[in-house]
Amino acid sequence: MHIVVAMRQLADLVEELEVNGDGTDIDRDFVKFVSNEWDEAALEEALTIKDESAASVTVVALDEPDVDQTLYAALAKGADRAVKLTGHDPSAWVRTRERAQRIASFLAHEEFDLVLTGVQAADDLDGQLAGILGSTLDIPHAAVVVGVELTGSSLRVAQELGGGLVGVSELELPAVLGVQAARQAPRYASITRIRQAMQTQKIEEQEVSLEVTTPQVTVRRLYPPEKQGGATMLTGSAKDVATEIVNILRSKGLV
Amino acid sequence: MPVGGNKQAPVITELEEAIVVSPLSGREWDVSGATSRMLESRVLTDYGSAGFARIAALEGGESLEYCYGCGKCVPVCPVDLVSEYGPRKIHRRVQTGLDLFRSDELWMCTTCGNCLRVCPKQVNMIEVMPAVREVAMADGTIPEELQQVMEKTFRYGNALGENPRRRHAWTKGADVEVRVLANDPRPVDVLFYVEDYWSYHPRGQQAAQAFARILTSLDVDFAILGSEEKTLGDSQRLAGEKGLFESLMEQVVEVLSKYQFNRIVTPDPHGFNALRKIYPKYGHDYEAMHYSQLLASMIDRIEFQGTLDAKVTFHDPCYLGRHNGEYEAPRKLLEAIPGVELLEMGRCRENSYCCGGGGGGMWLDGFNSNHASERLSERRVREAAETGADILAVACPYEVSRFEDAAKSTGNEHLRVMDIAEMLDIAMRAQDWRI
Repeated sequence: MHIVVAMRQLADLVEELEVNGDGTDIDRDFVKFVSNEWDEAALEEALTIKDESAASVTVVALDEPDVDQTLYAALAKGADRAVKLTGHDPSAWVRTRERAQRIASFLAHEEFDLVLTGVQAADDLDGQLAGILGSTLDIPHAAVVVGVELTGSSLRVAQELGGGLVGVSELELPAVLGVQAARQAPRYASITRIRQAMQTQKIEEQEVSLEVTTPQVTVRRLYPPEKQGGATMLTGSAKDVATEIVNILRSKGLV
Repeated sequence: MPVGGNKQAPVITELEEAIVVSPLSGREWDVSGATSRMLESRVLTDYGSAGFARIAALEGGESLEYCYGCGKCVPVCPVDLVSEYGPRKIHRRVQTGLDLFRSDELWMCTTCGNCLRVCPKQVNMIEVMPAVREVAMADGTIPEELQQVMEKTFRYGNALGENPRRRHAWTKGADVEVRVLANDPRPVDVLFYVEDYWSYHPRGQQAAQAFARILTSLDVDFAILGSEEKTLGDSQRLAGEKGLFESLMEQVVEVLSKYQFNRIVTPDPHGFNALRKIYPKYGHDYEAMHYSQLLASMIDRIEFQGTLDAKVTFHDPCYLGRHNGEYEAPRKLLEAIPGVELLEMGRCRENSYCCGGGGGGMWLDGFNSNHASERLSERRVREAAETGADILAVACPYEVSRFEDAAKSTGNEHLRVMDIAEMLDIAMRAQDWRI
């Protein structure tokens, strides 16, 4: 059983994002990057499966800012191998379609049973990565996965559906899953472990050159939400403010 | 103040009525009321020594098994007063099979050091606990709330997960100029190492601003590192993240090597402890002072414009007092403020109670609440209120928020919690002050 986990780096929202000079992207020079939290859940699910069934886990990510830290942390947590894909501009935004093709091109030379990735990311709120990977590789795909169970050569997955429903379905392996949540919270890799991994393990680099150009979305303008009126600040004592709030809610017919 | 916590009743192993039967003759003796009726096998014989061996094999873990059970540590342990704890009890429980590496007790010690003060065998829980915690963390066993703090500290260089670039945002409200070395790298006398809670916590920022005003009025040549500053991480080390501490230290030393300064002055006793005791072990020697020491050395130059009429009690921070022997400097400052009447709590100086924030306790509030009858900070605030004080004075950035919360939760809102720097600032500037 070989599981590949695809991870990506995103701008860390602890710092205020700024728009670059062209007004087409965030300013990537001044932000820190962290791994996508749903990818962390995908990694945790892969490592949990490994704990249960002696699978091997490969983590793959595109060369992006601070990606080494993410990959070494994955190794420290128990991943067996970490691969960094190069061949693109590491400081630019890679659109999800191109990301999928780069990862698919890596997977074309790999023997794998399962690919896990986060169901979505801040730059992929539609959750396209897992779907495009599945169709490119021509293998089954499931999204919003909240539980994975191996049953011989197939896979039983639980998916969160609308209205509080969970659907359980079976997929043939190999398959691609977009993970919403792992069975447990992502485990901790102590800094001592991460530092050990940096000294004793290597990140494998593979260059990917895409033969066909990927259709690209061109961003014409990126901007922060424009301010709109409508906010009223209430002042006075807590009691007065509370009375005022009740009056407003009543006048709008809400209570 | 009574002992709290969920104490276990003692287990009686002596039988009230006992008859001994000879296996040979069948004859019976009634030994009821005799001096020894402990006729069951002693529980210790059921256990091996593997538990201690595993801990003793760790660097720093050697001393747990030195314990000979005198129990002096139990009544002085701040955690035992609100729960079932105490180093002697931990020793006993390891002896009888507790896997300390996986137990909740592992995270409850605040490394306050009061047990070591009284221990005739020098069982050093300040080394034992971090050593065991380090192994537990490497195995991935760590309370979730602590895990988040470690990840934030690693990523941002501060425990609060705040934006590193906003580390010196507090200077805007100081009303005096605060030099940031990155912008003006001239040599400086005092490097003011602000640390996390004075940099980011709103109440800490007020104390930082007060301290900057005091330094300016005393013509002290000082500067800060601004966004280049990262926490010294001593509490993270004691919570078991030695690797994180070392990683931070490498970054701190590299930044410090860029600038010329005579001494480092910090408000944080934990950072002070790291610079004074731990950095030298790695070959990094700096002259480090707690801010109360710097100000106490200049007390004759401080001019007070006003008075601060209040009864004040002072909480000795564990890492300033017990760990580094400084009890006088904060008191000297408080006694110099016109109008201040200093009242001591029953537990003070060497025997000061712990606020609960040390050794990772700052970030384990939810976790520890499952095991204690009240927070250590709540108990301490009640002790402070019993003195009749108006102000609980503190000299550690962890404490203002801890004690202010505790004052509210224990119904002691009348007790103001103030940093000594804030109090000095008020009296020096003759601001209107009312209790």
